[in-house]
Order: sequence, then structure tokens, then C-alpha cells
Amino acid sequence: MSALTFTLKTRPDQRVDMSPLVCHALEKLEPAEISAIKLHCGKRKVRVDEIFTISGFDPKHILIKNSFSKLDCIGKDLDGGIIHVEGDVGAYCGMGMKKGIINVLGDAGLYAGCEMKKGLLEISGNAGDFLGGALAGNKMGMKGGLILVKGNAGDRVGDHLRRGTILIEGNAGDYCGSRMIAGTIAVMGNTGKFLGHSMRRGTLLLWNMPKLSASFNDCGSHTLAFLPMLFDSFKELNSPFAQSENAFNRVQRFAGDMAEIGRGEVLVKI
Amino acid sequence: MIINGVTIDATFAEAFPMKGTRAIITAQNEKWAMIAAQAMTGFATSVIACGCEAGIERVLTPDETPDGRPGVAIMIFAMGGKGLAKQLETRAGQCVLTSPTSALFAGIDGGIRIPLGKNLRYFGDGFQTAKVISGKRYWRIPVMDGEFLAEATTGQVDAVGGGNFLVLAQSQPQALAACEAAIEEMRKIPNVIMPFPGGVVRSGSKVGSKYKTLGASTNDAFCPTLKGATKKTDLSPDIESVMEIVIDGLSKEDIAKAMRVGIQAVCNLGAENGIMRISAGNYGGKLGPFHFHLQEIMA
Repeated sequence: MSALTFTLKTRPDQRVDMSPLVCHALEKLEPAEISAIKLHCGKRKVRVDEIFTISGFDPKHILIKNSFSKLDCIGKDLDGGIIHVEGDVGAYCGMGMKKGIINVLGDAGLYAGCEMKKGLLEISGNAGDFLGGALAGNKMGMKGGLILVKGNAGDRVGDHLRRGTILIEGNAGDYCGSRMIAGTIAVMGNTGKFLGHSMRRGTLLLWNMPKLSASFNDCGSHTLAFLPMLFDSFKELNSPFAQSENAFNRVQRFAGDMAEIGRGEVLVKI
Repeated sequence: MIINGVTIDATFAEAFPMKGTRAIITAQNEKWAMIAAQAMTGFATSVIACGCEAGIERVLTPDETPDGRPGVAIMIFAMGGKGLAKQLETRAGQCVLTSPTSALFAGIDGGIRIPLGKNLRYFGDGFQTAKVISGKRYWRIPVMDGEFLAEATTGQVDAVGGGNFLVLAQSQPQALAACEAAIEEMRKIPNVIMPFPGGVVRSGSKVGSKYKTLGASTNDAFCPTLKGATKKTDLSPDIESVMEIVIDGLSKEDIAKAMRVGIQAVCNLGAENGIMRISAGNYGGKLGPFHFHLQEIMA
């Protein structure tokens, strides 16, 4: 069965809330009912068929074509199925996702994968600030699953991260891993200022030596047994993280943030 | 039934339901994985006094272990789930956590989850950290040689314990040689262990004793020195030594398979090497629901 495809006709001036268009919500709907779904667009509501051409039948596999950076909340609370996006996405992509796969071929805006619980969010381009983080005022960010960013990520990656894994092939911005509760963030490129600011637990796995604040203490170089297993868990990904030549188990370990409880760690490849 | 001059008695081994689990111990090399495994499965020959029955199932190559290091699979069996969990945890804490370079992983993914490293983590005194990798939780416990990595839980499954057969021979060396040959073949069978020293027990027991405090005592019917002293000897004059192999396994089929290859290995030595009979221990079929009829197994 061909993927249920939403092709954007024209780019609206206002932002569009795409959260109704998720696999589990469309499963039992007829094509006419899907066309009649109302989406918030700025201060008004628009029918789906007003801005999209709809084709295909399989609601478990949604394809969004001609996407651009004002389509927010794509795959919000996704509970199974696959959403494939051709183009950029706006804010909150994959927010609160429970399971399934979201594949974005372009860039993602703010709060991608924020507070997601399970599943896979793959972003081929760059990601905005608060990737896998918590919404403003909330105390827990991503709680499970995996986010893969093939480009760069903005500031505050994994803010309040509770569990799960964030992999960034490029660079990460400032405050990467800030206020982390647990989980893993791996960055192949460079990281910005205030890495792991106020992190409690969790692992920041880096390929390049960061500029660390004074509240991170050097624990020396070590061979850690869990690292090969961690890398092995990435082997199915379409990413350099899956390649054995990029795996390592020898690291310099820094414990922090000592301004918090100091049970977190920054592991740097040596 | 006679195989290569060896009489297969028309009797059966009687086995009991148990709870079983498997753990995988890895280390820097096979030597240290084996040392940890031997320590963990030590003093675990019989539930009569050890609390559990445990043994080494097999050596694992690096590509068979979760962390890619040499390893050893061990299995532990107990009469109940609570006892099994206690034995597993105690032994893991005292024998594997303490063993240099070791790591400990679940050997059974299904079943009821029982703690493996889940409570050992408290040895980390607050410095321990958890990692969830591919849906499984691991504990990293800081120790003096680096980190002890232990999977949080392993699986407990229904199992069968007490499968057995007796090797009756003309002399003690011949009985032992036959048992050694049997054990060598039986160790190739997955999902089973032979918990006694070297897999062989020379002091098979019967239920009860003349002494009220003892629940088990020597199996006088198969003691060659009592042939003329006990009323119920099961030995002919030409039998001078009897040894037993006890098998615990994850299923009745696993035990039957192990018994078959073991008995066959003994029979291959045959009467010309002094092997006279194969028999089995049972309690008249009243105690254990699993009956392994020797002649059916060898048919």
C-alpha cells in the first residue's frame, strides 16, 4: 500500500500545527475525513485539503512533501508508524513521541524530540535549540528513544534529559546537556560553552576535547566496558555512529557538574 | 536392552521441577572468566545442603558475549524462585563482583526477571550509574580495577532437576573413565549442567536415614561394599564400583538429550572396558513428575 502523502500546495504565511496528522490518529479515518481535519494556522483553522494535496492510503506510513520550517508539531505524540518528511520542519517535531519513526530530510526547528518517550527521530539536516529537551517550565526532557542528527544542533541539547540517547554527527551549541538528569548525548563534532551545565547524572560522549567549566573534575583515562556495547547498539543506524572505526572504549573521564550532585560524566575519546 | 554388552536397566530416573537461570560472565580473558565462573558455581552440588545446584554450561567465544570479551555461561537451579534469586545475588556479589576484570550479563532474556546487578549496585555507594542500552539496563559500579558492569536482571524459568543415570562397572577406574567419557559428550549439549564435582557423584543418596535428623543417606542398594550386608542390594557380584551423573536442565527434552549422549558414550566403552550396567535413581515415581525411562531414551 502506498504511503499516505501530504504534498504542501503553497506555503502559508502563518505557522501550521501539524499534530493531528499522526499515524495512529488517521488509522480509522476515511480519506474524506482526513481531508476535513482542521489544522491551526495562525489564528484560524484550515482544512487539510486546503493546504495539502492528499494521495496514497497507508496511514501507518505518512509522507509529507514540500515541507518547510513553519510546519510545527509534526509527529507530536506519535504512537507507532513512520513519518517521512521531505524538506524542513518547524518546532516541536516528534514532541512526546511514544513509538515509531520520524525521518526528516531537512532541518528541524526548536524543541525537536522534546519530551519524547520512545522511538527514533532522525534529522538529516541541522536541529534547533532544546533538541530532546523539556518544554519551558517542565522538569523532564526526553525520557527514552533515540535522536540522530546528521548535521549540527543548537543550544541546550538534551536540557533536562531524563533517559534515552541523542547522537549528533556535527557540532552542538552552548549548554549541551544542561541540567541532564540521566541518559546519553554523543557529539562527534565540537561542543560550545557551558557543556553539561548543572547536569546531575548521565553521559556526554565526545570525540573532541571540550572547554569544560571549573566544576568538572578530571578522573583520568580509562577503558570502559560499556562503551563497545553502546556503540554496538548503534550498528543499525545509517550514520557514522554505526561504523566500527568510529567506536572506542578508551576515554578521558570528567565528573560533574560538581555544582550539582556531580554524578554525571563527560567522556572524551583519547 | 543391551548395548555393546552393557545392560540398560528397565528403570527410570525421577526428576523434579526446579527454577533455573543462566548468567554470562566475561573477563579480560578466558582464564579470568573461568575463575569467576568456577567461584560462582562452587559449593553448589546439591540443593540438599548448598541451597542451589550450579555449574558451568560452556565457554563462550567473544562474538557470543554482550561485551565482545571471552566468557563463560553458568546455570543455577533451585527448588523455588525466591531461593534462586537469593543464591544468584549472593554468589554474583561475592564471586563475580570481586573477580578482576569481570562483567556479568543475563543469559536468559525471557521468563520472570530476577535481580542480577540490580541490588549489587549499592556496592557503588552512590557512585554507581545505570545505562540503558538496546532496552536493557546495565549498572556500572566503580571498583578498584575500573568498573564492574552488570546487567540489572536475568530471566528465571521453569526447569527440571535431578535427571540421572548410574554407571555400574567392574572396577572403580573403569567406572570413572566411563563417566569422564560421558561428561565430555554431555557438556556439548546446551541448557544442561552436571552440578557435581567434575560432573560425577560417587555418593548417590536415598531418601531418609536411620538417623532422624538426616533427610538423605547413602544409597546402600548401590554400595558395592554392602553387597552382603544390606538386604536390598541391587548389585551383582561382578560389580565393584558405581558412579552417578546428575543432570539439571531447562527442559525435560534437554535432560533426555544429555542422558542419551552420556549413556551412549558409556556404552561405547562397552563390556570390554568393564562397564556392566546402566541404571538410574528413582523414588518409585512418587516424588518427581518427570520420569526418564532409560530404555525409551536409548531406543
